[in-house]
Amino acid sequence: MTPRKPVARLGLLLTLPALLLVAFALLLPLGLNLATAVRDPELAATLPRSAALLRQWDGIGLPEDAAFATLAEELHTALEDQRIGSLIARLNFERAGMRTLLLRTARAMPAAPASMALPALDPQWGDPATWHILRRASLGITPLYLLRALDLDLAADGAIIAQPAGQGVFLNLFARSFAIAVVVTGLCVLIGYPVAHAIAGLSPGWGRAAMALVLVPFWISILVRTTAWFILLQHDGPINAALLAFGLIDAPAQLMFTRFAVLLAMVHVLLPFIILPLVGVMRRIDRGLLRAAASLGAPAWRRFAFVYLPLTLPGVGAGALIVFMMAIGFYITPALLGGATDQMVSAAIADYVNGSLNWGMASALSVWLLVGCALIVSAAYYLAPSRR
Amino acid sequence: MKLISRLFASLILLFMLAPLLVVLPLSFSAGPSMTLPIPGLSLRWYQDFFTGARWLLAARNSLIVGTLTTLVATSLGTLAAIGIAIGAPRARLLLAALCLPVVVPSVIAALAIYLAFIRVGLTNSLAGLVLAHSVLGLPYVVLTVLAGTKQFDLGLLRAAASLGASRFIILRRILLPLLAPAIGAGALFAFAISFDELIVALFIAGPEQFTLPRQMLASTREFLSPTLAAAAVLVSLVSLALLGGFALLQRRR
Repeated sequence: MTPRKPVARLGLLLTLPALLLVAFALLLPLGLNLATAVRDPELAATLPRSAALLRQWDGIGLPEDAAFATLAEELHTALEDQRIGSLIARLNFERAGMRTLLLRTARAMPAAPASMALPALDPQWGDPATWHILRRASLGITPLYLLRALDLDLAADGAIIAQPAGQGVFLNLFARSFAIAVVVTGLCVLIGYPVAHAIAGLSPGWGRAAMALVLVPFWISILVRTTAWFILLQHDGPINAALLAFGLIDAPAQLMFTRFAVLLAMVHVLLPFIILPLVGVMRRIDRGLLRAAASLGAPAWRRFAFVYLPLTLPGVGAGALIVFMMAIGFYITPALLGGATDQMVSAAIADYVNGSLNWGMASALSVWLLVGCALIVSAAYYLAPSRR
Repeated sequence: MKLISRLFASLILLFMLAPLLVVLPLSFSAGPSMTLPIPGLSLRWYQDFFTGARWLLAARNSLIVGTLTTLVATSLGTLAAIGIAIGAPRARLLLAALCLPVVVPSVIAALAIYLAFIRVGLTNSLAGLVLAHSVLGLPYVVLTVLAGTKQFDLGLLRAAASLGASRFIILRRILLPLLAPAIGAGALFAFAISFDELIVALFIAGPEQFTLPRQMLASTREFLSPTLAAAAVLVSLVSLALLGGFALLQRRR
């Protein structure tokens, strides 16, 4: 065994550069993403002395005068130095109206004693709830983003409560993403299975030709295929033109920005991902088993239901899982072809990154999406009939 | 029954190709809008593509990023696959770690990469795109080359070693020639992944780093001209060339 050991070490050494790349460009970023979902640095960074005082506050009644005075002073300096923006964004995200309150206080420079002047300036400063928000924001870590991403909120006393009806949008978004992914996966299986079956039954020459026809769209970029639908489904696009020409409709139909367009294009994009593995599985099936069943008198439907289908089920499961995982994270197809009510979680994530720059929310949504995916993969793994 | 099944399959295959077949004539339209039937044939939208500064920049960026990604992912992925094949310990765990980029939904990977790269100044840079695309392409190279190592007897390596060949000679004269088709296929995969990739580019690329997919997305948000169809056809031609190369390499194996 002595000569094998250095080879093992060499083998590990050879994998090292690739592992480092994965660590630097994916694992560390994913860890950072988790951290971003709970990080809460703004208050301590902008108002360091107030943060220290708030952390010491016992949370009963109102804080003492020093906290009022320090807060007013630090807010004023932060405004003068123009570094108050991120704190305002953070606190206003937790409670609408904080922007006005903080800006008014920062401009006011209240007289002493501040614990009298601030509530006089704005009664919210006399409300312990305001101070609880500030105290929690001084801790450096917050569950707020993760809660908000599930339509939950923090009460003044720190209890977890449901957001008022009509305000939460994310559970709806998760449910919609899940539903779209399930429908797309189901359609892909229902359409892909018979197609794969037909291809697997072809002679080698025709089989190769058919596989080429599946591989061509498979290799062509998802964006190109989505763009093709984008062009086809336009109001004055080719599909409407054809429908009008054949007299099937009287006026151009609204095809773009509909759920139909999203499902159509997603099924179109993802079909190869289930046809390809299924053809592989079906070609490996021992035809002798089917002949044996036939010679024992099983009719065609029994041969299919009790021999063929069970043998192909692992392939169906694997292909469906691939399609589902790709579908649930889809961004580009719903973004281009769907309306506002057809967007999926990834669209919200992209909006928070490219639009409102709320990294905490983007991360929190991605964390829950990742948790959901992990649950589904592990469920699939344990449900799989042939675990090796 | 068989006839119906084949008819259905043909219809679905047609459905899968049809959108691409419709875009093709649109890109050669002589008219200013994407309507069928086209008023006449012309190459003006291809001319528009090849004279448009933004399209050319995007094409250049895509080629640069794709080439560098291919180099990085193929070299690191090949080394890793050889390492696993010759018996690195905990091979399954290593393989799982290297395949992580395929399992994580792309929007999550893109967000994580954005949050990390913005802290180290890798956003708005081609280097950042190359790094991100390399990690996304890596699993395909590893899996393809690893499959390649199963095509021959690794005992060959031990035989060469017992005859006194140095490790470098074994790598140069035996391993790399035997693995060449698989490495080539992995390289094509890596290039295709980078060439198609949109979401990471959407998050971390500034206008100066727009790749072709990113530029195509940008142009769907503007006035729609058949230049978009021309770009789609050109991008598809590159994809088809990659597929052709892949098929050739498969046949050699």
